[in-house]
Amino acid sequence: MALSGEDRAAVRALWRKLGGNVGIYATEALERTFCSFPATKAYFPHFDLSPGSAQVKAHGQKVADALTAAVAHLDDLPGALSALGALHAHRLRVDPAHFQLLSHCLLVTLARHYPGDLGPAMHASLHKFLSHVTSALASRCG
Amino acid sequence: MVLSPADKTNIKSTWDKIGGHAGDYGGEALDRTFQSFPTTKTYFPHFDLSPGSAQVKAHGKKVADALTTAVAHLDDLPGALSALSDLHAYKLRVDPVNFKLLSHCLLVTLACHHPNEFTPAVHASLDKFFTAVSTVLTSKYR
Repeated sequence: MALSGEDRAAVRALWRKLGGNVGIYATEALERTFCSFPATKAYFPHFDLSPGSAQVKAHGQKVADALTAAVAHLDDLPGALSALGALHAHRLRVDPAHFQLLSHCLLVTLARHYPGDLGPAMHASLHKFLSHVTSALASRCG
Repeated sequence: MVLSPADKTNIKSTWDKIGGHAGDYGGEALDRTFQSFPTTKTYFPHFDLSPGSAQVKAHGKKVADALTTAVAHLDDLPGALSALSDLHAYKLRVDPVNFKLLSHCLLVTLACHHPNEFTPAVHASLDKFFTAVSTVLTSKYR
């Protein structure tokens, strides 16, 4: 299901609203992922995963920066995320199912902070966007 | 998957806070599900599925009432949901993957309306609860 013009406009508008806080939300999404889906912690044996960890915050910022870059390149997600795709597939070997868990937690996080903006239509557009990001990251797996 | 005492406390206290809004949230979660995951509409060919549909609202209330019953019987979900389990297995035959989609949308809905209570721990407990309910509802499929 391709990103329609409305989907793109909605995602870009929401990202403008998030401003400089994307890192905070991505960090919260990571914390929720580790809490709800403990198996995901397996990818971070070298991290301190306790709440408020500086390493998780730094990683949240990395995830946020990648998503912001994706929003700026909605017309060519595979191209824009190619390097990250190779990293996740060949080096990190993240099971693609886990991207969906993080996407879910990101949606929950944004819903908490922007309840008025996360109606069913925005939710659907964001879900599509995150699915496309996931596809781009998982495309080099297997 | 076993619901710990802490999970049960989180689930019950969340449901207390939801109070009389459970029906509204059930309807909203269904709206989100139909918009983000259009294939789920296949189970409702006889419904008007436009946003705000009275049929969807009424169905949302049914789903909410069932979940409220489940909350009151956390120690015996199979017993409490036995009739619903029969219904989903022998008559409705909802593909199990769709329960995850509805659960996701329920969690996003709750996050929107109760952002402060929706801590990572509460989020995890509710996710476990919806998973447990889904497991019971699909337990008689084969």
